[in-house]
Amino acid sequence: MPNHLRQRHPYPGLLIIVEGIDGSGKSTQLQLVQRWLMNLNYKVFFTEWNSSALVNDTIRRGKKKNLLTPTTFSILHATDFADRLMHLIIPPLKAGMIVLADRYVYTAFSRDVVRGVNADWVRELYSFAVRPDIAFYFKVPIDVSLKRILTGRAKLKFHEAGMDLGLHTDPVESFKLFQGKILLEYDKIASEFGMNVIDAIQPIHDQQRIVREVVTNKLSDYVPLPYIANPSEVHHEKA
Amino acid sequence: MKKHDLFFGHGLPYIDANDLLGKLIVIEGTDGVGRTTQIENIKSWLEILGYGVITTGWTRSRLMKMAIDRAKAGHSLNMHTYILLYVADFADRLENEIIPALKSGFIVLADRYIYTAFARSVVRGARREWIQQVYGFALNPDAVLYMKIDIEDLIPRVINSETLMERYWANQSGLGMDYWESGMDLKLGDDFYDSFVEYQRRLLQEFELMAREMNFYVVDASKSFEEINRELKNIILKVLENG
Repeated sequence: MPNHLRQRHPYPGLLIIVEGIDGSGKSTQLQLVQRWLMNLNYKVFFTEWNSSALVNDTIRRGKKKNLLTPTTFSILHATDFADRLMHLIIPPLKAGMIVLADRYVYTAFSRDVVRGVNADWVRELYSFAVRPDIAFYFKVPIDVSLKRILTGRAKLKFHEAGMDLGLHTDPVESFKLFQGKILLEYDKIASEFGMNVIDAIQPIHDQQRIVREVVTNKLSDYVPLPYIANPSEVHHEKA
Repeated sequence: MKKHDLFFGHGLPYIDANDLLGKLIVIEGTDGVGRTTQIENIKSWLEILGYGVITTGWTRSRLMKMAIDRAKAGHSLNMHTYILLYVADFADRLENEIIPALKSGFIVLADRYIYTAFARSVVRGARREWIQQVYGFALNPDAVLYMKIDIEDLIPRVINSETLMERYWANQSGLGMDYWESGMDLKLGDDFYDSFVEYQRRLLQEFELMAREMNFYVVDASKSFEEINRELKNIILKVLENG
């Protein structure tokens, strides 16, 4: 069993992921990709980071009681991801669909390292993951992301500001320090894994044009045929 | 002690573990080999000698108990989810129980440790290097005592009238946990017996490999309780005397 994260997956589908700090505009960009692809009649499946039920309760309970150490926090998210990978990502990829993921393992690589775990360790932890066919990183300065978040709502969320790390008592200052560290990690990750870096200060429409160009290139050799595990058996059943 | 010796792999960068006063002593061995009875005996022996002792088992810390039980009840786990639940469980126990006890100067007797997880994971198809790296945050024990047994000697200990009845009624009531511990999820044989034998055979093979590579103290567990007990105590005394 090789390190899946470093080589092309064997499935007929396409995995497209977006990464970036909160307020980078990555979700907006991914939604526009989804609209566009569906309009072209492609079968599209959308999935988000951290949304399965298996360990959500445990994570929530742990957060409340402050039982979670950086290592357990990291492993629990990996467990959650393993569950989602098997149920929500690999099946549509086998069926030849285009899977759009809002955040992927790189979110864990940046966030968990900032929280204090070893960078090589967390990469090995997630080495069972499927490598994306296209990965976008929406790069944005802290001030811009902060302004975007605070136009949408009045306050920063506790974890988004990294308040549990005790970097600063003021949420805005804490956000700047925490997300600043995340940005540094993202920069390393983007070059390590050859992500498409998008300048996320540009107008939405301009960013989307670049994104669609990259996706269009990939679509040229994409054949949405479902993967059949054992053709001989299927044939036998028919006869 | 040098830093790279302290942890099995990458370690816990945010924890200062250089002031561990106690000793971490691991007893490994497959299911039914008699580990737990030996550990109880050794604990009271050490306490009589004046050592503070805590014991710790493999699975089910406060944090993870519910997640593991729920997942097992549903049988919907894939290999990586199954393995990672146990990793999280161990990390929790290591940081909240084992390290604090060692800092306070206790002897920690571990009834199974990461090596059990290595064997179970590899038998379920995980890469050896992957699982060892994932557990890289674990403390290296001061000693690993491996209670070694052959499959022929193991079977009569585990499969007898008492355990068969217990298993039957536990499964009837839906409380049977050994569905997983006997490797039934792997579907290695037609019935529980065949599956158990094949599962244990593969586990023992992995333990054999690790015993050689990782310098376990090997104790012949086919001997009598008293003989095994004496041998385990001699090794532990040696470990304690060497500082």
